Amino acid sequence: MAVLNEEQTMLRDAAKSWVQEKSPVTAFRKMRDSGVELGYDANAWNEMAEMGWAGVIIPEDFGGSDFGYLSMGLILEETGRTLTASPLLASGLAAASAQVLGGSDAQKSEWLPKIAGGEIVGTLAVDEGAHPAPEKVALKAEKSGSGYKLTGTKSFVLEGLAANLLIVSARTSGKPGDTDGITLFLVPADAKGVTRKRLALADSRGAANIEFAGVEVGADAVLGEVDKGWPLLEKTLDRARAGLAAEMLGSAVQAFETTLDYLKVRVQFGQVIGSFQALQHRAAKMFTDLELARSAVEAALQAIDADTPDVPELVSLAKAKMGDVFHLVSNEMVQMHGGIGMTDAHDAGFYLKRARAAEAAYGSQSYHRDRYARIQGY
Amino acid sequence: MADFGGSDLDAFRTEARDWIEANFPKSLKGKGGMMMREERSEPTPDMEAWRKAMGEKGWGVPTWPTQYGGGGLTPAHARIIQQELGRVGAYNPIGGMGVMMFGPTLLEYGTEAQKQQHIPPIVKGELQWCQGFSEPGAGSDLASLQTRAEDKGDHYIVNGQKIWTSGAQWAQWCFCLVRTDTTKKHEGISFVLFPMDTPGVEVRPIPLIAGNSPFCETFLTDVRVEKDQVVGPVNGGWTVAKRLLQHERSGLSGAGGGGGGGRSLVKLAKEYVGVDEAGRLADSDLRTRVIMNEIDGRAFQLTALRAMAESKANSGPSAATSIMKNAGTRWMQDRAELTIELMGHQGLGWEGDDFTAEELAAVRGWLGGKATTIYGGSQEVQNNIISKRILGLPDPK
Repeated sequence: MAVLNEEQTMLRDAAKSWVQEKSPVTAFRKMRDSGVELGYDANAWNEMAEMGWAGVIIPEDFGGSDFGYLSMGLILEETGRTLTASPLLASGLAAASAQVLGGSDAQKSEWLPKIAGGEIVGTLAVDEGAHPAPEKVALKAEKSGSGYKLTGTKSFVLEGLAANLLIVSARTSGKPGDTDGITLFLVPADAKGVTRKRLALADSRGAANIEFAGVEVGADAVLGEVDKGWPLLEKTLDRARAGLAAEMLGSAVQAFETTLDYLKVRVQFGQVIGSFQALQHRAAKMFTDLELARSAVEAALQAIDADTPDVPELVSLAKAKMGDVFHLVSNEMVQMHGGIGMTDAHDAGFYLKRARAAEAAYGSQSYHRDRYARIQGY
Repeated sequence: MADFGGSDLDAFRTEARDWIEANFPKSLKGKGGMMMREERSEPTPDMEAWRKAMGEKGWGVPTWPTQYGGGGLTPAHARIIQQELGRVGAYNPIGGMGVMMFGPTLLEYGTEAQKQQHIPPIVKGELQWCQGFSEPGAGSDLASLQTRAEDKGDHYIVNGQKIWTSGAQWAQWCFCLVRTDTTKKHEGISFVLFPMDTPGVEVRPIPLIAGNSPFCETFLTDVRVEKDQVVGPVNGGWTVAKRLLQHERSGLSGAGGGGGGGRSLVKLAKEYVGVDEAGRLADSDLRTRVIMNEIDGRAFQLTALRAMAESKANSGPSAATSIMKNAGTRWMQDRAELTIELMGHQGLGWEGDDFTAEELAAVRGWLGGKATTIYGGSQEVQNNIISKRILGLPDPK
């Protein structure tokens, strides 16, 4: 665990106690069983916003607390433990980061206080295919009067149904695959021509496919520079990836601890199954991998806070490593629980399904291994 | 592996081909996969006709003895039937636990009266069996089962709870392990049979992580079991059960754990991930892992063929059979994982028209397939069997 300052320790402890009391896994189960279309409990999200969590990376001038990314990661780790579903990552981290990094004062004044207070939900609308590939932007933004007209589709937009504000990557020049010619736009989700379709996913979280049919926006909707949106998009995505990795860390640690508890109580062949060396060694391996993953996740968050040049490689390291470890632990959670782990009444399936969705989001392990290699020059 | 030659087999191939041609309803071509579905639908008249024809002919279980309705054929003949069915897109409509596990076990351990009563309906596909083995406290350690059968003179009264009784909601009969002696572990177990409509049998389906399932909890409250429905000696049921589990495991190494509806992983990967100018998968990391899985799959098939050849040559099981369940299930689980991974976000759907039927089946198959390393002797129990029985490794002191 990273060395925390007093502020971070308080934040972590507050998050831990709220999550354990107000948002245990049973709350996620209830949300899933109720079939809430948003994919999260709006009341719980309000409470999170009241505690200031949506503003943790937002400067004080714009209604946030400016505690930074490691602090946000600590909260996400705690919410990840119980699979708490909320727009914290998509809105309070990803959408907020895009504006903090690239917004004009006018844009920041308009949107950030509302994001910090949880009054609106923002999200990134970046992917277009089955696999994240942020440079493969085909959605067109053409000049139209003094503004632009957006035409195309975005897939798998996290919290896409709940979002009030979409941060859309669009092509203003070049072709899909070019990093030049990408521009980011701030598009209100209720703009004319925006159609959203909820996706029913295995992990029961909120996501949507979004169609943009000639959506008109003003020139003031451009976030950052025209045609030069790629560096801003990458920096934003790196922050989202690191935050997701922190959430995955919490989920994986909890999946491991729940499994460990079971190894200590389940009796077969006249002894607790945790006394079998074959299982002990697998548990020890998971613990080892979790420790390695934690180091990678915390290093990525700290690098973002320190704004060091190695952010991209540390983020890809963290997302790739964390993805592998969550994959392993979620599989072992089912296998080591045996038959009971296969039942819907047990939590193991929730962690398994969440693991695969989180692995795929913002780039899978293979995506980030490849990116890590490219950054390293091989 | 040498193939069988001989004019007898050639003549039989012609006979099989003609018979299938005359009896297999064309409307069912390629519909064999539907038989494997977990959720049942009512059989169509064509499906019924095909089941009856194969049942009368005895070709659903071609190697079972003719006096109980089986085909009475050699394995070589059976393979020809299978090949000829496959050639025209036909399938074997006679299946289930009765064919896979219970029938072969009863043929070996049952009394003449038991075989006369129970084998013909299995051969004809007229009734389904379910398996009352596992209990909440007896999974991998199956012999610790607690379901109690009390001797009432001319019958037993059974009380207890079974879990993972697959297909219990559709089965007419159950083969079940019960405790007839509480003072011993393995030597206190008997193997009994009873109809599922016996008073006191209550079945509850268990929703699984993949959604609805064929698995149930079965509660037994003062269930009457006739004494002539004990298979093997009283308190000698563990031996019968072990043989049945062997049949189950050999059946499981090639079943379940779908994903992608059986299409080639390479084809799917090309479709979802794309290829470079040289035709290689665009994602080299994924490409390597797809290749590893393809290689594992081929090695598994080759091992199955080798085990078959060796067991024929040695007239005993090959040592390679011990690895089949773990090797087969691991390969299929890896394959299912790769399938949803290469589908990307499309491989995360639960329902709805934003996903193709193939994508949704891949997700459910991936989740459902996780059970294959747990049931029928978990991966860990299989490894113990290999360590102790095959490798001769000692127990810890």
